[in-house]
Amino acid sequence: MPEGGIGASVKRKEDFRFLTGRGAYTDDEVRAGQLHAHMLRSPHGHAALGSVDTSKAEAAPGVVCVLTGPDADADGLGGLPCGWGITSKDGTPMVEPKWPVIAQGKVRYVGEIVATVIAETAEQAADAAELVEVDYRPLDAAAVTETAHRDGAAQIHEEAPNNLCFDWDFPGEEAAEAVDAAFEAAAHTARLELVNQRIIPHSMEPRAAVAEYDKGEEKLTLYCTAQAAHAMRLLLGAFVLNQPEHKFRVVAPDVGGGFGSKVAPYAEYAIICWASRKLERPVRWLGQRTECFVTDAHGRDHVTEVELALDAEGKFTGLRVNTVANMGAYLSAFAPLIPTFLYATLFAGQYTTPAISCNVKAVFTNTSPVDALRGAGRPEATYLLERVIDEAARATGIDPVEIRKRNFIAADAFPYQTPVALLYDSGSYERALDIALEKSDWNGFAARRSASEADGKLRGIGIAAPIEATGAAPSAIAGQLGARAGLYESAQVRFNATGTVTVFAGTHNHGQGHETTFAQLVTDKLGVPLENVEVVEGDTDRAVMGMGTYGSRSLSVGGSAIDRAMDKIIDKGKKIASHLLEASVDDIEFDSGTFTVSGTDRTISIGEVAFAAYVPHNYPLEELEPGLDEQAFFDPVNFNFPFASYVCEVEVDPETGSVSVERFTAVDDVGNIVNPMIVEGQVHGGLAHGIGQALMEGAVFDENGQPLTGSLMDYTLPRADTVPSFDLDHTVTPCPMNPLGAKGVGEIGAIGAPPAVVNAVVDALRSHGVNHIDMPVTSESVWQALQSAKAS
Amino acid sequence: MYDFNYRKASSVEDAVSAVTGAEDGRFLAGGMTIIPTIKQRLANPSDLVDLAGVGGLTGISVSGNTVEIGGMARHAEVNASSEVAAAIPALARLAGGIGDPQVRNRGTIGGSIANNDPAADYPAAVVGLGATVRTNRREIAGDDFFTGMFETALEPGELVTGVSFPVPSKAAYMKFPNPASRYAIVGVFVAATSGGPRVAVTGAGPCVFRVAEMEQALAGNFAPEAVADIKIGDDDLNSDIHASAEYRAHLVTVMAKRAVAQANG
Ligand SMILES: Cc1cc2nc3c(=O)[nH]c(=O)nc-3n(C[C@H](O)[C@H](O)[C@H](O)COP(=O)(O)OP(=O)(O)OC[C@H]3O[C@@H](n4cnc5c(N)ncnc54)[C@H](O)[C@@H]3O)c2cc1C
Repeated sequence: MPEGGIGASVKRKEDFRFLTGRGAYTDDEVRAGQLHAHMLRSPHGHAALGSVDTSKAEAAPGVVCVLTGPDADADGLGGLPCGWGITSKDGTPMVEPKWPVIAQGKVRYVGEIVATVIAETAEQAADAAELVEVDYRPLDAAAVTETAHRDGAAQIHEEAPNNLCFDWDFPGEEAAEAVDAAFEAAAHTARLELVNQRIIPHSMEPRAAVAEYDKGEEKLTLYCTAQAAHAMRLLLGAFVLNQPEHKFRVVAPDVGGGFGSKVAPYAEYAIICWASRKLERPVRWLGQRTECFVTDAHGRDHVTEVELALDAEGKFTGLRVNTVANMGAYLSAFAPLIPTFLYATLFAGQYTTPAISCNVKAVFTNTSPVDALRGAGRPEATYLLERVIDEAARATGIDPVEIRKRNFIAADAFPYQTPVALLYDSGSYERALDIALEKSDWNGFAARRSASEADGKLRGIGIAAPIEATGAAPSAIAGQLGARAGLYESAQVRFNATGTVTVFAGTHNHGQGHETTFAQLVTDKLGVPLENVEVVEGDTDRAVMGMGTYGSRSLSVGGSAIDRAMDKIIDKGKKIASHLLEASVDDIEFDSGTFTVSGTDRTISIGEVAFAAYVPHNYPLEELEPGLDEQAFFDPVNFNFPFASYVCEVEVDPETGSVSVERFTAVDDVGNIVNPMIVEGQVHGGLAHGIGQALMEGAVFDENGQPLTGSLMDYTLPRADTVPSFDLDHTVTPCPMNPLGAKGVGEIGAIGAPPAVVNAVVDALRSHGVNHIDMPVTSESVWQALQSAKAS
Repeated sequence: MYDFNYRKASSVEDAVSAVTGAEDGRFLAGGMTIIPTIKQRLANPSDLVDLAGVGGLTGISVSGNTVEIGGMARHAEVNASSEVAAAIPALARLAGGIGDPQVRNRGTIGGSIANNDPAADYPAAVVGLGATVRTNRREIAGDDFFTGMFETALEPGELVTGVSFPVPSKAAYMKFPNPASRYAIVGVFVAATSGGPRVAVTGAGPCVFRVAEMEQALAGNFAPEAVADIKIGDDDLNSDIHASAEYRAHLVTVMAKRAVAQANG
């Protein structure tokens, strides 16, 4: 068996390319005769759009054309589509206003495109954009999540009274009654009002696109920073551009990070495709960091009230959640899904709470549209749950560890039907927590706290026990819940004649290490050396089909498709081997790259079988097609449920309010692990992201919808010196629902870290009378909390 | 970025005449401030005159009781200078706390003080040590150099050639950084100088300022307790998404106290 199969921490195959500057990103696609697009964007959060006079810009040097909203209409362009529909509690569908690729009549957020200048050089396009004369009449804005749906708020879309997109109850009336009853009977209750603030994704590579229309073939090719090339083609082709799928190729080459923000189709891509078709020349666009700040889909932005009912023993009996979720100015592709089915279905967490209900009001505001961002809905759910549990621990006087243990779903209770639709397949929560407690030296905390106190510092410790649902999704369930697409994955495993393997997958690697992990699957199952396996992704003309990479789905769904395709390879290989070895196919066994006639020493390698398949001189041609190239789709029967236990320890400087994360212990269970090093890297990244949300990040808009965090000088990202050295461990509870036993790992850190950190901060401040503090927990917010606690 | 003419000056005179002769000429030092400003189309100079090749603007020297730093000395050089570290360790440390390694390897003391960002670090040292700014035309007392937000006593075409820092008997700089930009939300430089104690505050207000009440208190007793209870008013302080005026005022006291403690070693 060659090295590097499942379980090996092999170094990433793609690293050489990335670390030596040999990656090929969208902006590296240089085309003969290419033009450059510059997007002129609204400086207003909300304004009536009068005339857009392009005459001076059109006359500027190098300008080929200037496109406006009416031009898009005249050419029949559709609006940007939304991929998920939600039904309000009164049975009406969500309000889905048209999102024109270039603004028409009104601008609704800072950054909305009002005109596109296309010129021979990027500088000429930018220069000419300053000559476009736009007649704006500024309007009052509704930019604040909490108040946007109240009477008197400025109206953003005519069709959405009170800016309400939907008003959604879940799971329904019966559940709400059960929750009411639980609160009536409760021995204790805990309640928090909290904010899950808006954050900005920040991929290292800004969004970019290059479109090339081939008039001869009538074929459009779009290179772009996409996490899901096929979905991009489907959404842009069918809904916006009216470009048939077979005449539309989307390529997502190397992509420098996505975090969810590169899933949705964006206006810039549609515009340059349209321009390229119109002008019959390649057109390119490269987002500047400042543009990405306001136009990459943001994430989160919830204002929530959460209440937990408990019985006298501290068992959770009911959970009630009321949330206002900010959608931004328009509905991005998956925005409605996030505060609904990716959110409320997680409210059980790792616990046996029997009655759960929630109401979510989704509102439009004069801010950048939101969409999926690492965790998408699940961080918001986990945060409120793990925070209110700590509040309940305080209210009941039960220790935060003990209260969780009393409520965990027991390891022998699986499969476990939660009251919020999900059926958990497996779990072992108490074990993960025990390991985390031990590794974090939970019992030694008191001594560390005293040491900090001697130094004038406050020390706090916090736990979070996150769970998430990854591996979207069983298509049938997703469809019932409002998905407008399927959510399977596909793969093709092709033996080349000389025994090397090419895997074509519908997922996309933008930092997750697929080129290595997926190759390891092949090495493990087919015995082909790692270096002889190539993984091809992100090209609609090469991979059969696919829904892409997000929601921590690639290994459990896409990897399973690869596994299925390899099963077919082995099946066919057995038939070929049986012919070559002159034995019955039932007697052929396959292991580690070798076919054997069982009970004999007659063998043939898979390489030889592949060669025979492509050079079929001695081959059962009448029964079997030549070639060794198989394709499979995998549609999971359920989500999978990674879980974790995190322990965070912080130190607070009470004089300045500064918080530093001193220790962070993470015990994750992501099922079977293919490459432990890559998994650790994913956990590190997720935790850093989560610590960033807890302590640093936050998109701020003023009441007019002006973004106040428009650059990295004002928006704080976590850095190497602001996150601790993580102490990681894992347990392995294989997922029974896919052939690999795998679960997702990309998001759990970002989901679990925020409540762990905030619980630790609150623990540090508790003795000063502070019971809650909103994210981001900045130095000033801590200092102010201490001041007001002192005052009261 | 708009188009501009690039000129590399060979001498101070050449640089000054190139800037004054241009329609809207600017000196280019490290470019860490001016280049991003131009890239974002917030500035549109006709000419950038690069000082990188001008002799006599670089270099650091210590003679007697004075540390001389050339206008083009990079933050990283000041930070790494063993002479500065021996004479005024607080100054070397201040330079080492500016921005990030890239910024420190490009940015210069002349560019920093000429720009006079309200949150920049060097102004606190220039005022806190009672330094003298030398230009191609004259010498300007540090106390008179910084005149307002992004404003200095420099006249058009006037070039900072260097800064002379008198060596204090002790000094320290304590910075509370903006977590995003790492500029100072509040930075306090304290020094015991031959002319008495000095306390200079950057980041908190529109321009660096001294705190007379703290200086008097330190003159009596150069100890943290002397300033620990001195609160400064927040009326004229900056307030933004990173810190309210009230919080900045509080931090001035905390940073001053800590700076005195550090200066005392
Ligand atoms: C990411 C980042 C972080 C930063 N963090 C900090 C920080 O923590 N603390 C801090 O203090 N600063 C910080 N800075 C600013 C940095 O110190 C810059 O170096 C400084 O602001 C400008 O110096 P420069 O040499 O780059 O000047 P330039 O950008 O080249 O010039 C700035 C201005 O000064 C003029 N000028 C330059 N040299 C002279 C001269 N000799 N005489 C007269 N006029 C001159 C120029 O014409 C221009 O108008 C940061 C900058 C960045 C980009």
